[in-house]
Amino acid sequence: MKRIYMDHAATTPVDKEVVNAMLPYFSQKYGNASSIHSFGMDAFEALSESRKKVADLIHAREQEIIFTAGGTESDNMAIKGIAYNNKDKISLDGPHIITSEIEHPAVLETCRYLEKQGFKIKYLPVDKYGIVNIDELEKSISKDTFLISIMYANNEIGTIEPIKEIGHIAKENDIVFHTDAVQAIGKTPIDVNKSNIDLLSISSHKIYGPKGVGALFIGEGIRLQPIIHGGGHERGLRSSTENIPGIVGFGKACELAETRIEKDAKYLTQLRDKLINGVLEIEESYLNGHPTKRLANNAHFRFTGIEGESLVLSLSDRGIAAATGSACSSKKLKSSHVLAAIGVDPEHAHGSLRFSLGRENTEEEISYVIDVLPSIVERLRKMSPLWNKMENKYS
Amino acid sequence: MSGMYSKKVMEHFRNPRNMGKIKDADGVGTVGNPVCGDVMTIYIKIKDNKISDIKFQTFGCAAALATSSMITEIAKGKTLEEALEITRNDVADELDGLPPIKMHCSNLAADALHEAIKDYYKKRGKK
Repeated sequence: MKRIYMDHAATTPVDKEVVNAMLPYFSQKYGNASSIHSFGMDAFEALSESRKKVADLIHAREQEIIFTAGGTESDNMAIKGIAYNNKDKISLDGPHIITSEIEHPAVLETCRYLEKQGFKIKYLPVDKYGIVNIDELEKSISKDTFLISIMYANNEIGTIEPIKEIGHIAKENDIVFHTDAVQAIGKTPIDVNKSNIDLLSISSHKIYGPKGVGALFIGEGIRLQPIIHGGGHERGLRSSTENIPGIVGFGKACELAETRIEKDAKYLTQLRDKLINGVLEIEESYLNGHPTKRLANNAHFRFTGIEGESLVLSLSDRGIAAATGSACSSKKLKSSHVLAAIGVDPEHAHGSLRFSLGRENTEEEISYVIDVLPSIVERLRKMSPLWNKMENKYS
Repeated sequence: MSGMYSKKVMEHFRNPRNMGKIKDADGVGTVGNPVCGDVMTIYIKIKDNKISDIKFQTFGCAAALATSSMITEIAKGKTLEEALEITRNDVADELDGLPPIKMHCSNLAADALHEAIKDYYKKRGKK
């Protein structure tokens, strides 16, 4: 059976060009970038070139990029790093950090951890589309606020946040602005200067690069405490011998993303809208997130009366790889905090399904999904006492 | 994700036994909560103190569907006393085990069966 991968928000295949760029750095150019001999120089050059490529994709400068082991580490480094520089503010009223209810766990759990240490955190509500309430943001700011952390685009429902507006508000109030752009990078153009972004987290494996590499953009003049101490790599901000093959791959992935971003966005939007229109033909199906302010590759639905894991496994039996942000998904049992924040009740949140498309997906694949999905939904609904109850109500 | 399930769970998930409703059921038991993501209804027909027919309807994950399907197989033909002795663990064991995280919230089939039997006793008592 042909397998169709539509879970690019989870991870992406590594591009062949990326693999080829990485290969020499395993067994030929294997030097440590800190060594002064020629092996070290090879590695150091690769490191600098890659840093430049990552910086270019977000319109930053080379010296503003710190390599990490992934998006989660970048988020931890940004938020803890700034918080630890502001420990003297713990005794003040706060809020010290303003974030949103729909952040990725890498941000939410980091904030909750800091809360235990005494920092006061404000979690902003969002509207029914998942857009952060700007009025509430402005109202929440106090003289004690030192960090705003709002994601660029949501990983579950794909909603793109008003980053430029938030950046402007942060700048006016002299507050550091961090954004988790792990899902947005490569799908929507990002300019850290135009959006007044001070800190930005990105990850390689979401943009056809290898896993285990990420970066944190740290704007000029932004000071933060390191969370990993050691030999002083990455300007002392992130000790640990640099993962050169991974970083080279990440650099190449960024270079490819930059050349393709417009083309990819146009192509993916077209596929996405075809999928959305097709799926919404199903009775009692709904789109989660914003109709237009959403990632080009994200289509997130909910279906009344059925449960997401059963849907995902049934699709998998037909060769289609999708995801659910609902209960029983992966290893969590609670329904999605994002769907709760946009006002979907837990009963309906369980019936959610996320398709996240990628470069290699085709129109034919979308047609196949639109063909197969209705019968799967119908079959699961036939088994469901909830659907039964609903049908009885209407008949 | 299916990697966390036994072959038997996946087999029952793909080909559930005795799925559907019994319109003139002698006992009906519903357990679970849509908020938690699992709701099960078991329908039974009783003849000579034995479960002569049994069907289920379930809203839930693969584990919930498989345990529902499995309990209908285990319970069919059993006396009510025997059926009341079927435990959650029996169902999980027959499915070659369930992931630990699914043992609590998705393994409700035995409870639903017991509720259906109670419902039968209640209805019979009223007659």
